[in-house]
Amino acid sequence: MGEKKNIEEKIRRFVNQTFLRGREANPGLENDTSFLEKGIVDSTGVLELVAFLEETFDIKVEDEELVPENLDSVSSLVKFIDRKSA
Amino acid sequence: MLVGDFLKNSAQLFPRKTALIFGRRKLTYEEMNVSANRLANALISLGIRRDDRVGVFLDNSVDAVIAIFAILKANATFVVINPTTKFQKLSYILNNCRMSGLIAGWDRFTLVSHIHEDVPSLRFVVSSGAREEYPKTDPTRFLDFEELLRSSLPQPPPSKCIDQDLAAIIYTSGTTGVPKGVMMTHLNMVSACTSITTYLKNTSSDIILDVLPLSFDYGLYQVLMAFKIGGTLVLEKTFLYPFDIVKTIIREKVTGFPGVPTMFALLLQLDHLKDYDFGHLRYITNTAAALPVSHVKKLREAFPHTQIYLMYGLTECKRVSYLPPDELDRRPDSVGRGMPNEEVYVVDEQDRRVKPGEIGELVVRGSNVMRGYWELPEETDKLLKPGKYPGERVLYTGDLFRMDEEGFLYFVARKDDIIKSRGEKVSPKEVESVLYRLDAILEAVVMGVSDPILGEAVKAVVVLKKGVDITGEEIRRFCAQNLEDLMVPKIVEFRESLPKTETGKIKKMDLTSKGE
Repeated sequence: MGEKKNIEEKIRRFVNQTFLRGREANPGLENDTSFLEKGIVDSTGVLELVAFLEETFDIKVEDEELVPENLDSVSSLVKFIDRKSA
Repeated sequence: MLVGDFLKNSAQLFPRKTALIFGRRKLTYEEMNVSANRLANALISLGIRRDDRVGVFLDNSVDAVIAIFAILKANATFVVINPTTKFQKLSYILNNCRMSGLIAGWDRFTLVSHIHEDVPSLRFVVSSGAREEYPKTDPTRFLDFEELLRSSLPQPPPSKCIDQDLAAIIYTSGTTGVPKGVMMTHLNMVSACTSITTYLKNTSSDIILDVLPLSFDYGLYQVLMAFKIGGTLVLEKTFLYPFDIVKTIIREKVTGFPGVPTMFALLLQLDHLKDYDFGHLRYITNTAAALPVSHVKKLREAFPHTQIYLMYGLTECKRVSYLPPDELDRRPDSVGRGMPNEEVYVVDEQDRRVKPGEIGELVVRGSNVMRGYWELPEETDKLLKPGKYPGERVLYTGDLFRMDEEGFLYFVARKDDIIKSRGEKVSPKEVESVLYRLDAILEAVVMGVSDPILGEAVKAVVVLKKGVDITGEEIRRFCAQNLEDLMVPKIVEFRESLPKTETGKIKKMDLTSKGE
């Protein structure tokens, strides 16, 4: 559980610094807020996100994994990383 | 023919055919046509008349498409506004064209809740999409999209326009930093759609994937053209997750995929693109910025059965040229030749046509050339000049080109300093004027720097006032609060001073290195 909390912290910090930049949604970033629905991430943002994940968690994100089910919210990212690093 | 006839005719010919796919929703031509009729009747009962301007301030969605056709059916002019536009610019655009009505998402409610105070011409806002909360609003000024559809009649309202009337005003960034409204008549838009669907050989069996914003004319025209040919449009909110797009192309058996270089660069980063079967994908189109030759090569490897069309255009005439796919090997660096029913030529500073191979300004002649900029006669006269016959006006594009002996065009340079990021225009002036609103900034200059994914990335070079401290991140954050997403600088560089010419003009060329 502590591990998951740690992953979540890192992801939140990255999303806050890189994408939110103090926009209205900033305090309201829930774990299941959809990046797509809320316009938080753009197409180049996804690239930045993937680069961050690969570097920080030492994983390789495959083509098939570049889908919203894995990447579109803090909670789906935590689950995805947890599964990849298991 | 009027632009609204695209939907009307296809609904008569193919009533039960799928017109639009958006996520899990599939709508037939009849459903789209009836919804557009209902909303059109609602708009008329709200006081919308021929020539009134009505805004569409929505993400790509079913409602956005319904709204566009409903506005046309109400004999009004539609204005699609980038959904990431912030208050100041939104209010500028609405006031500039004295908009009568606005169709906006409930998720933009905080932004539009006080818009009436700033825009006296605005009579009502129709809000679409899911409501998270039910704000207390004046029910005569704020109406719900779904409720209007339910309470209005499905019969088409009487059509009153002729093809000289304005179908749309499309706002575009100008060198002055103030957005300009490109006036497109029905004739302009129908002509552009006819020429483009002719050279793309579109038929009603085409299934076109549209991941481009409808506020960008390239994205908007996919809707218009798909409905014109009676094809199917697969609309996505945005281009975000590359593999999702691959899955959509395969699942929906997409036959046409329009994109910009940034999207193709992202797709080409997938490792196994070659392993998928894209046999049904008939064509890919690229415009808005040049597609690097290396990317063309990789796209052809990944999509061996697909024809690739390189194109060039500007909002003021929609499209200028296309390169027939079988010319790709012979002229990979050309943007092709004029499209059907259009003439293009290159002139020197004395307005004389130049010889093949010589550089000059590109001029476009055709029914697709805009009527002018909305209430900007002087700006209009700079681009639209007398043509061959009395009363005719042709478009001076401001882009430098050369043309070979067979009429193929090669882009040389722009005459102004507009940035093309992700294929969309960014006015450096507009970004600079936001930067100057920050107290800490003494001087600021904005330019495009080459970027492998974006084409050009927006870069700001700033000089701070003495004794103040502000980080690049804080500057970017301020920009994000005041500009559309695509205009926010990717790079902020600090300098002690800016290099200037003897007359005090900032020398941008000396600043275009990428550094942080």
